[in-house]
Amino acid sequence: MSTLWDFPGGIHPLEKKDLSTTRPIESAGIPEVLILPMQQHIGEPANVQVSVGDRVLKGQVLASVEGPVGVPVHAPTSGTIDAISHQPVPHASGMTDWCITLRPDGQDTWCERHPVEDIRSLERDEVLDAIRNAGIAGMGGAGFPSNIKLRPHKVRKVDTLILNGAECEPYITADDMAMRERASEVIEGMKIMAWILRPERCVVAIEDNKPQAVAAIRSACAGTQIEVDVIPTKYPSGGERQLIQILTGLEVPHGGIPADIGVMCQNIGTAIAVHRAINLGEPLISRTTTITGEALTNPGNFEVLLGTPISYLLDKAGLQADRLHRLVLGGPMMGYTLQTTDIPVIKTTNCVIAATAEELPDPAPEQPCIRCGTCAEVCPMDLLPQQLLWYAKADEFDKAEHENLFDCIECGACTYVCPSSIPLVQYYRYAKGEIRNLRAEQLKADKARERFEARQARLERDKAEKEAKRKERARAAAEAQARKQAEAAKAEAASNDDRSAKAAMVQEALARKKAAASPAKPESAAPEVDIEALEKQLKQAQDKLANMQSMLDEARSAGGDNVEKLERAVAKNQDRVQRAQEALDQAGTGSAKAEPASPQPEAAEQPDIPALEEQLEKARNKLENMQGMLNEAIETGADTAEKLKRAVAKNEERVKRAEEALAQARATDASSGSVTPQPEAPATEAQPDIPDLEAQLEKAQGKLDNMQAMLDEAKASGGNNVEKLERAVAKNRDRVARAQQALTQAQLQLTEQSTD
Amino acid sequence: MALRQQSSPHARGARPTSRVMLWVILAALPGLLAQTLFFGWGNLINVTWCIAVALTAEAVMLTLRKRPLSFFLKDNTAAVTGLLLGLSLPQFAPWWVSAIAVISAIVLAKQLYGGIGSNPFNPAMVGYALVLVSFPVAMTTNWAQPGLLWETAPGFGETLATIASGQHTAVDAFTMATPLDEYKHQIATHTSAEVLQHPTFGDGIAKGWEWVNAAFLAGGLVLVALKLITWHIPVGMLGAMTVLSLAFGGNEDLYAPLSLHLLAGGTMLGAFFIATDPVSAATSRQGKLIYGIGVGLLVYVIRTWGNYPDAVAFSVLLMNFAVPFIDHYTRPRTYGHHKARRGIPSKTSG
Repeated sequence: MSTLWDFPGGIHPLEKKDLSTTRPIESAGIPEVLILPMQQHIGEPANVQVSVGDRVLKGQVLASVEGPVGVPVHAPTSGTIDAISHQPVPHASGMTDWCITLRPDGQDTWCERHPVEDIRSLERDEVLDAIRNAGIAGMGGAGFPSNIKLRPHKVRKVDTLILNGAECEPYITADDMAMRERASEVIEGMKIMAWILRPERCVVAIEDNKPQAVAAIRSACAGTQIEVDVIPTKYPSGGERQLIQILTGLEVPHGGIPADIGVMCQNIGTAIAVHRAINLGEPLISRTTTITGEALTNPGNFEVLLGTPISYLLDKAGLQADRLHRLVLGGPMMGYTLQTTDIPVIKTTNCVIAATAEELPDPAPEQPCIRCGTCAEVCPMDLLPQQLLWYAKADEFDKAEHENLFDCIECGACTYVCPSSIPLVQYYRYAKGEIRNLRAEQLKADKARERFEARQARLERDKAEKEAKRKERARAAAEAQARKQAEAAKAEAASNDDRSAKAAMVQEALARKKAAASPAKPESAAPEVDIEALEKQLKQAQDKLANMQSMLDEARSAGGDNVEKLERAVAKNQDRVQRAQEALDQAGTGSAKAEPASPQPEAAEQPDIPALEEQLEKARNKLENMQGMLNEAIETGADTAEKLKRAVAKNEERVKRAEEALAQARATDASSGSVTPQPEAPATEAQPDIPDLEAQLEKAQGKLDNMQAMLDEAKASGGNNVEKLERAVAKNRDRVARAQQALTQAQLQLTEQSTD
Repeated sequence: MALRQQSSPHARGARPTSRVMLWVILAALPGLLAQTLFFGWGNLINVTWCIAVALTAEAVMLTLRKRPLSFFLKDNTAAVTGLLLGLSLPQFAPWWVSAIAVISAIVLAKQLYGGIGSNPFNPAMVGYALVLVSFPVAMTTNWAQPGLLWETAPGFGETLATIASGQHTAVDAFTMATPLDEYKHQIATHTSAEVLQHPTFGDGIAKGWEWVNAAFLAGGLVLVALKLITWHIPVGMLGAMTVLSLAFGGNEDLYAPLSLHLLAGGTMLGAFFIATDPVSAATSRQGKLIYGIGVGLLVYVIRTWGNYPDAVAFSVLLMNFAVPFIDHYTRPRTYGHHKARRGIPSKTSG
């Protein structure tokens, strides 16, 4: 006997095992009908291979599983298929499922069996297939297909094979009796498993309350290397994880399986089934089941054909129906209550308890938890059930999970000892169920969100593609128009006379220089390039026009003979400016439509303002010059004074006209500016103005000062030109005031822009 | 045939709460007996009075809260609260001091928090602390002079009359400072030998008190043996007091000796019956140990450097505050986990 470890917690409930160990295992016989559920194992349900009315032999396959996880269902005896229908099956929910109803013929005729003569002549996979074909699934309760569990692990070899004969739950004695009476079959089965797994250690673990089973197994093991460990009786020592801890001191990692630490547990009943399958060629068609409870006069263990209704077994065991209060499938700690006795025994049915009200009394009403911690003292998993309860009751599932809710094995020890009679396990099942539901819903929600996001992305992509196509079309249209305009302008330019062409060339160069000097304009989208080109064209035309106008003015003032010619040229140029303006407008609105956000500062509405200003400036300069000349002449008393006076008057008129024109142009500009926002336009124009205006102002001021000095001198000397000088000074004062005003305005405009 | 539908487990083997509480009451009886033998009828009268007030207050509150009356009264927890206060209060405490302590324990500390299982603070100690700070004279001058019941103690009628008279001040003839109080106030100016001359110390460690504490220790050990409490809180508390007494109390002319700490005042009653109140104590084994150590540390500190002669009530209440924190950081390592999950879950992991 090797070292044994202890596991934390655990309880010692009333065993009540002697109810069912007083007599040997008895054959339950053949009932009138057998109900065989298609799902007696974990995995895919079996597919029915027979039809109603078929005659089948004992051991014949009735249903089989195609997929990898699942085992077939065999006929437990010979007979005919009565029905294939939904019947109540052993399940905590009391649900129904597909079942084959077999009516035995009483002959109990076997089909052909194929025992394995010598297992060593077979491959391991062949043995595993034989186990699967015999329909063997874990008979301890879970019903996991044994061939899958026994298949050697690719990474981790099984070092320790444990045969779980602990049978720690009260009442149940099926394994105990099987070990007592069929010890050699148990050990033969274990040898086959050991041959498949090749472990280093083989252990049969039996609680010390089963001395007869221990003795029987010990004698069956004589001469083998199989070790028999007698472990202290303490519930739940037969729990897989607890038994592993007791025998190896190791813990199965959280979320893992025993194979992860090189250990495997198998059930006593499974070992017998494996032995029968390999050595006798008999599939799993019957099992040992404990039928016990104080509502029975004749409780005991029965060898039961799978599919036998529980009502039949209860009758066999002498049910006192009036005393039956609670019918439990499985043990009193982890089993579940049945709603009806019309339920068949299946591969995992190890016990049926027909309990009286005194035996398993209704629990006392639940009281509040006083955190006494008794539950934590008995928890074999070292959880804090009192905290889990708190969180489960409050639906604080994240905290419950943090308290390792999912490590709970639902052994029921906590509920068993709870002084407040709180059904703790029920709360944990509730919390686990809710968390699973929430996870499923979360998964669903995540998928829905992903779908939604994918759809949004697709719609957005489509939209962007459409938008890009639309822009492309708009750009192509604008380009085509610009090309047309450019061609027209070129044709016209070619028809211009040499002089204007020359002037145009000069202006073009000037404009280029100016454009280079002017602050950088935003250039981004393709349509804007066109607009810029158009603007350049317009600007050139305007410049040319202004130039011609000034030439015309000069000629006029000089009384030159080319006045008429120039007038015609000016008119033509004005036309051209207008056309360019129109083209630009069109392009501007087109691009504004295409790109509503992009600003269009270089508007065409105020094309002549700079020109007019320039004109005005020139006129003023000229006027100034003349005025100066006039003043000089007056001062010197020259005879040209009269002539100059006339010229000055003419020039003054011209300045006035130019001013008027400029004011008008500004007014239209302002009104159009309120419609189409042109934030940058005043900036580009006002900015160069300020130094100019300042210079102008300074000049005017200087001149005014001069004149004032002259006036003072004249007054002092009593000169005859005092009156004249006075007028000139007044005029000059006006001019200074105007210049001052213009400058202030320009500065104001500038600050407004800069604060925008 | 209607079969009972029930979630597993079907077998139940619990001692119901009412029986657990009954065992607590029974285990406290030796202590009550010793108190009566060495200090007269005062404690017995107090216990009876306090239990009566406790049950009445509980019944009134349950009625107001529309809870089933007998279902909750039968859990015996209110009786235990009354019992603990009756055992803790001075023998000649006026009836109304006891009543205020019990009523605040049941009404304030227990029922207003939601009744049994929902109180964050030990109800009995809330009541005790409240009257201690509210009526310091009544709570410090009404301790009975030690003397055997059949020799020097006042008779039952006399005791009852004193308690029932509701006099705030002490009846000097029967009362005397407690050993802890006496030692603490005299040691500053006297040597240990001189202090111990006082009759409150008697011939042994602390006359009468040592037997009372021994009796509560015995009763407490029964509770541990019956697995109604675990050893963690008493061992933590007494261990901490022992370690501190040995570390600081080596010089008996400065500090009370270990024997006085363990066997005078409410040490054993506190360690086995009061600090072990499961509702307001830490819950895991490790948590209980830490909680007990905390109580022991505070008891020693308050007794030695604080202004109160005894300190179980304040220490327990202060550690009650720390319980949620202790619980979060003393979770045991669950089977199959590499280490314990401590602290509170981060929101992201949810």
